[in-house]
Amino acid sequence: MHMSEKHNKLNRRQFIGQCAHTVGSMSILGLLLGSYARQSASTPARAIRPPGAIAEEDFTGACVRCGLCVRDCPYDTLKLAEFGSDVATGTPYFIARDIPCEMCEDIPCVAACPTDALSKDLTDIRDADMGVAVLTGPDTCYSVTGVAHCRACYVACPIQGEAITMEQKRVGNRIYFEPTVHAQHCTGCGKCEQGCVTEEASIKVLPRHLAKHDAGNVV
Amino acid sequence: MIDTTERSLWQRNKWLLLRRTTQFTILFLFLLGPWFGVWWLKGNLASSLVLDKISLTDPFILLQSLASGHAVAQPAVIGAVTIFVFYFLVGGRVYCSWVCPINVVTDAAHWLRNRLKLNLSWSVKKSTRVWIMLTALVVSAVTGAIAWEAVNPITMLQRGLVFGMGLAWVIVLAVFLFDLVVTRRGWCSHLCPVGAFYGLIGKRSLVRMNAAERTACTDCGDCFRVCPEPHVIMPALKPAHDNDASVILHGDCTNCARCIDVCEERVFRFSTRFG
Repeated sequence: MHMSEKHNKLNRRQFIGQCAHTVGSMSILGLLLGSYARQSASTPARAIRPPGAIAEEDFTGACVRCGLCVRDCPYDTLKLAEFGSDVATGTPYFIARDIPCEMCEDIPCVAACPTDALSKDLTDIRDADMGVAVLTGPDTCYSVTGVAHCRACYVACPIQGEAITMEQKRVGNRIYFEPTVHAQHCTGCGKCEQGCVTEEASIKVLPRHLAKHDAGNVV
Repeated sequence: MIDTTERSLWQRNKWLLLRRTTQFTILFLFLLGPWFGVWWLKGNLASSLVLDKISLTDPFILLQSLASGHAVAQPAVIGAVTIFVFYFLVGGRVYCSWVCPINVVTDAAHWLRNRLKLNLSWSVKKSTRVWIMLTALVVSAVTGAIAWEAVNPITMLQRGLVFGMGLAWVIVLAVFLFDLVVTRRGWCSHLCPVGAFYGLIGKRSLVRMNAAERTACTDCGDCFRVCPEPHVIMPALKPAHDNDASVILHGDCTNCARCIDVCEERVFRFSTRFG
């Protein structure tokens, strides 16, 4: 009792000193926390957000990291980022090469989200924009290099004939078919990336802002 | 009449055991899904779904989301209000002592600290956690991300156990070592902003500890030694005036009831805030 009364009676100099101490310490903490939170929110290109995910800069403020989307994903596609990985801790993502999005018609991950981190505005999975596929390895793609008559990505694509077509190309006397992504139809599900038969996938899903050929869509 | 018969081992540890049972049961309910495919409790302490119907959300996380400039959606709001009302009834920091998995870690550190007789302790002000809480809200507002979730040991540990640990054990170990060698009861009683938030609910919450039989107190000091927030006991146990209430009304009290366990004179019991 007496102790606390004594503490409460500060002169002006002590009071200002204590305020400065508190503000100073909390500013340091805030700067550290802020820069760490900011840095850990920079998501690598290979980690793809679930369908309906709002813009990345809003996502880390909306997602409460509960994992309900992960739980309701019937294909175990979605994972929660573990601490120490390069995706913001506790946020959902998937690696297309491992398990791509199967584009469920009822979109259970979006239905499960308690916030609007996965937006309920997404009602048709074909409108999903998880990213966009890009032929990142034209020098390894069997079809382009002529190693084989491969069209694994084309066959794997759930929006067959629309999101990926095999376009006939000609170089000198050589005729080959090039997998060609039509960005306006591609949802970024990653089935093509998973289906690609080359050791390192020759076609990969990238966040839309990194997919050069669709730069016009970047806001 | 004051009962002077010796108390059994059970009576001396009842509330501690009930608390540990509750903590592990909640964790186990979350694990029923991934382990056995029984989805009674889905998600984690940040937000969960009970029996596929009832939505629960941590109000402090939602508050940070709100601060980050995000319009919050309905299930999360209903879930946060539900949690808020629940702790408003049972005691704000009941979350700390009956639910939080980090409490098991810091209690273990405290136990070991006493066993090893480690007395050195950096003094940290108890108000620090409130400042950290406010800082987390400001940082959320500035960065647009839920700031405290980038480092929160509670959700790190619990999410780790339920979804996959990664390097989360590093943070848990850091908290353990901090409490063991740096500051006595350092994390939960001085730094944790989640506890500070639930402590605010606790200022007005209903269920309370009560030093009802304080006249039987022999000044042995057992309750002060065992209490994670000893300053809450004084006004109720040793009041300035004899007719002051014997209810512990301080928001920092976690309703852990360890004081009931250790008091040979049976001074303490549960009551409402109205006595």
